[in-house]
Amino acid sequence: MMDQQLYGYRRENGKVGIRNHVIILPVDDISNAACESVAQQIKGTLPLPHAYGRLQYGADLDLHFRTMIGTGSNPNVAAVIVIGIEDNWTKTIVDGIAETGKPVTGFSIEGYGDLETVRRASWKAKEYVQWASELQKEPVELKDLTVSIKCGESDTTTGLGSCPTVSQAVNRLVDAGATVFFGETSELTGGENLIADRMATPELKERFMAVYNDYINEIESQAVDLLGSQPTQGNIKGGLSTIEEKALGNIAKTGDKEVIGVLEPAEMPSNGNGLYFMDTSSAAAECITLMAAGGAVVHFFPTGQGNIIGNPIEPVVKVTANPDTAETMSEHIDVDVKGLLSREINLPQAGDQLMECLQRTVNGRLTSAEALGHQEFVMTKLYRSA
Amino acid sequence: MHKFLIHNQGDHVGVATSPIQSGEKVTGVYMDTDEKVDVTSHGDIPLGHKIAVADLAEGESVIKYLVTIGETTASLSKGDYVHTHNIKTKRW
Repeated sequence: MMDQQLYGYRRENGKVGIRNHVIILPVDDISNAACESVAQQIKGTLPLPHAYGRLQYGADLDLHFRTMIGTGSNPNVAAVIVIGIEDNWTKTIVDGIAETGKPVTGFSIEGYGDLETVRRASWKAKEYVQWASELQKEPVELKDLTVSIKCGESDTTTGLGSCPTVSQAVNRLVDAGATVFFGETSELTGGENLIADRMATPELKERFMAVYNDYINEIESQAVDLLGSQPTQGNIKGGLSTIEEKALGNIAKTGDKEVIGVLEPAEMPSNGNGLYFMDTSSAAAECITLMAAGGAVVHFFPTGQGNIIGNPIEPVVKVTANPDTAETMSEHIDVDVKGLLSREINLPQAGDQLMECLQRTVNGRLTSAEALGHQEFVMTKLYRSA
Repeated sequence: MHKFLIHNQGDHVGVATSPIQSGEKVTGVYMDTDEKVDVTSHGDIPLGHKIAVADLAEGESVIKYLVTIGETTASLSKGDYVHTHNIKTKRW
């Protein structure tokens, strides 16, 4: 099945992408309009409007820059136009993306206004999009890929079928030398020790537990528990009764390989290829946005009750084992493994189905989320702005 | 044809892979050993929801995936519908 050749875009820094976007990236909320205007002028460009980027500070500002720079640096992106209200933060993001060697130009609006900025940025965007349209895919290997995983609208069928299917693929990818990210810090609750025990070194284990405890302490510092939101109402409708049960289903997608790194949200890995934990929210759009900023080029998304999430730059592959969802929401599902529940197929066969879908997605087939236009780009914000 | 699956021998609950009616005698399969178990259901159990395969007193740990997923808030008998009305998290 995997004897068919994979083709991808090898970028200036050697990283491999599977899509070829020219993105128009706003530094801040008030630059969204100019970015969207440029994208209306120049066909084939992709604006990424978002809600933040003003008066942030400290770790929250660091995360903002890391997410912006990481998004622009993602190998699925060929070239980047950055537009911000002022030139200082705009330059920070442009310089960060420029380290990849890819074409990137920044424009600041102050002193020019929207119309003049849009005019100048559109000329550059036209140049980029025509340049990118001539880039050719070349043969690549599984080890060149960074894959992220996160499930959503989980139910008991995710733990029975779709998550173990992803697990099969994760093990095969890691064996082939690829890089895989998993995260969802709070949704490990009840199984966090199982992940801690898979950390490659005692230092990583300590760091993982510190990251996990920080997240849970932050939730508890708000003087609330998560009854009513974890498991979600959708999870409960799907039969999940407790956060522990949800977590064990969640963990069932992570394979059984050792974990070689604990990443900050949106951090790019630096410990070589393999399986990494990234500290992320468990909300799907936030999580995938952070993982894409860390460099993931394709995402596996097991779902039970039917989450419809997509991402503008990282194709999202949906997997379900829930026979009702496979029927009622079939337009969202890329890989249907309901045969695991009826025991008509076994896990290695389900893994084959997912790996074949991966190959086709890498080679250009649009995922359901791409075809349906799901482009949820959602920045994670840590605290109130100054 | 089975109507529910149990992850592991030693688990207290299985998951309905088809809707189960109250009073129905249904077969479950342990996924780790392929062994079968027959249970008479004490409730209407939707697809994806849980059925008890063990008797548990109130306040006991509930095991699934060979791991504790919570505790009972009422006693459970084999065949009972198991959900938020009779088990709860141990975390909060």
